[in-house]
Amino acid sequence: MRVLIIEDDAKTAAYLEKALKESGHSAEVASDGEAGLDAAASSEFDVLIVDRMLPKQNGLAVIQALRKSGVQTPALVLSALGAVDDRVQGLRAGGDDYLAKPFAFSELLARVEALARRASPEESTSRYVVGDLVLDRLTHKVTRKGESLPLQPREYRLLEYLMKHAGQVVTRTMLLENVWDYHFDPQTNVIDVHISRLRAKIDKNFETPLLQTVRGAGYMIGDGVA
Amino acid sequence: MTVSLKLLRTTAFRLSLLYVAIFGAAGAAVIAYTYWNAQTLVSRQIDSTIEAELRGLAEQYAVGGLQRLSQTIAERSATPGNSLYLLTDEKAGRVVGNLRTVSPELWNALGQVEFAYRRPGGGGFEDRMAIVSVVRLQGGFRLIVGRDVEERREFAGLIRSAALWGLATLLITGVGVGLFVGRRLLQRIENLTRQSHGIMAAGMIGRVALDGSGDEIDRLAANLNGMFDRIERLMQGLREVSDNIAHDLKTPLNRLRNRAEAALREGGNAQHYEEALRDTIEEGDELIRTFDALLNIAHMEAGARSVSGAEFDLCAVARDAAELYEPVAEAHGLSITVTGAPVMPITGERQLIAQAIANLLDNAIKYGAPHASSETRGIALDIAQQGPKVEIAISDHGAGIAPGQRGKALERFVRLEASRSKPGSGLGLSLVAAVARLHGGDVRLEDNNPGLKVVFSVCGVNTDAEQSQNSEAIIAKEHEMNPAISVTT
Repeated sequence: MRVLIIEDDAKTAAYLEKALKESGHSAEVASDGEAGLDAAASSEFDVLIVDRMLPKQNGLAVIQALRKSGVQTPALVLSALGAVDDRVQGLRAGGDDYLAKPFAFSELLARVEALARRASPEESTSRYVVGDLVLDRLTHKVTRKGESLPLQPREYRLLEYLMKHAGQVVTRTMLLENVWDYHFDPQTNVIDVHISRLRAKIDKNFETPLLQTVRGAGYMIGDGVA
Repeated sequence: MTVSLKLLRTTAFRLSLLYVAIFGAAGAAVIAYTYWNAQTLVSRQIDSTIEAELRGLAEQYAVGGLQRLSQTIAERSATPGNSLYLLTDEKAGRVVGNLRTVSPELWNALGQVEFAYRRPGGGGFEDRMAIVSVVRLQGGFRLIVGRDVEERREFAGLIRSAALWGLATLLITGVGVGLFVGRRLLQRIENLTRQSHGIMAAGMIGRVALDGSGDEIDRLAANLNGMFDRIERLMQGLREVSDNIAHDLKTPLNRLRNRAEAALREGGNAQHYEEALRDTIEEGDELIRTFDALLNIAHMEAGARSVSGAEFDLCAVARDAAELYEPVAEAHGLSITVTGAPVMPITGERQLIAQAIANLLDNAIKYGAPHASSETRGIALDIAQQGPKVEIAISDHGAGIAPGQRGKALERFVRLEASRSKPGSGLGLSLVAAVARLHGGDVRLEDNNPGLKVVFSVCGVNTDAEQSQNSEAIIAKEHEMNPAISVTT
């Protein structure tokens, strides 16, 4: 995956570049809005990481300019402004995701990978399959080894999101934002309890656990092969 | 600037001057119109009287010639009045009539003329004005018939002086009233200025005195007081935040530093370092969380964030939040029950209200569990309409908070002794209070016998919703929704 980092703080940029490369991705850095705009428009990237406050041209303006010229590369907005309205503004300006500084790298990586996946055209699939677990998006039925699993609506949506990002780490904040539409920190780890409930339903009576906890990052669903 | 100069520059005074000018002009126009009309009327009367006299005399002359004419003139001259008569021979000698002399101009004139004449009266002679018609008869005789118009002149003079006096009175009273009102206004404004100066100098202590009249100045004063309140609150908030940052953020920072230092000093293997680093990151995350919460609260309290969100159903938000926390509650051996009649839609930030409810549920789970007896292991979330406000009550059966400590519990960073061992920043309730205030409501803590009941209210914001409070819209909604929603485990 090729990532463009548009960030004016040299240390942050270098840290992100190094960490992304260590995670097996390739990364380039642009240190201001104009350079970032040029780079993003001239070569192919899978994801853009755009700092909101940049010299020469601010991050949101860069994204808007790119969208206007037909570049649809998914963009993650990074910003020190983390209030709900700042977030809404960032997403409205064409950002695909928004992450407030300071952030954990695992959170950033999970979001960048989710964005890259979103860009690939398998979005409209009507069935998610992970190993012997099947989620039918048309009938809202979930089966494992042909055995029907009764899920609550919210559990279904949780599983749907996890399976959509099968093989990728999904953080607690991502779940909270995408499954519950909550953009705040609920203090207690409420998500963990929901996950363990879901796990009890889909993994308990089967030998291979599919829903894994990724320490220090979040959760991942996969059959261990991917 | 001197007081008198200020007075002349008040709006009240300037308005008075303007009114004086307008009323003066209008009055003058009315008087002029009346004067002109009256003059025309009187002139026309004089003309017709003279004409009638002439006609009468002409008849007499036609019937009885000069002799009959002079006889009639003699009769008419004898009756007192304003009519003037003179019959002269060809040498301008007076034959008969109450006019004594005839001037050469009059003698030579033809038709109607206005002229001055003297007549006895008041012990001597007086000069008067008259209008006469001169008619030439056969044989060089001339007949002069006219009317004294001195009264018309006096009437004109009367109107002129009335107009003059009237306008003068208007001007004097106008300016006087203007000065008086301006002075009064100026005094009250000066008073306000002086008082607010004093308040600012004293560091927002004291308020402007209201006279309770509810007039515009009083309302201005009330507004000023409101502003002072707000400024004071903001200043106090700023002080509190800086104090709290100093205290509550420095402590964990210090802990963080100590831990890193200790790891360095003690040395050890890679696993030891790894553990220390992990702890450091965790501590850092906790700090970030506290910092975010603080910023969020400060942001809301500074009023930088306006309630601009869309309308939403509070019941649905409450149900969602309860659903999010329900597994955690269950893990603590508690249940969450949501009850509530349908309420009017709320305009505001859904995220903030959800966060407030989440915080309260979180507290209820943290503090509600240990003291619960086996029968009352429930957390109740109730939503009710209270006039224009919607109240969200979250009650637990935990240890509760003593009445004396309730006010303190709402303060930022306050963690009552009983809760020191629990995780948390101590900002939960402050955030709830800030959210409620942002939405025009408030927070109160009550006794749940046993336990704590936190009631926070939000305002229905838009007035349309207030008006339709009892209207069909709400009634229609009731049919759609279950009167009692229940999420029970």
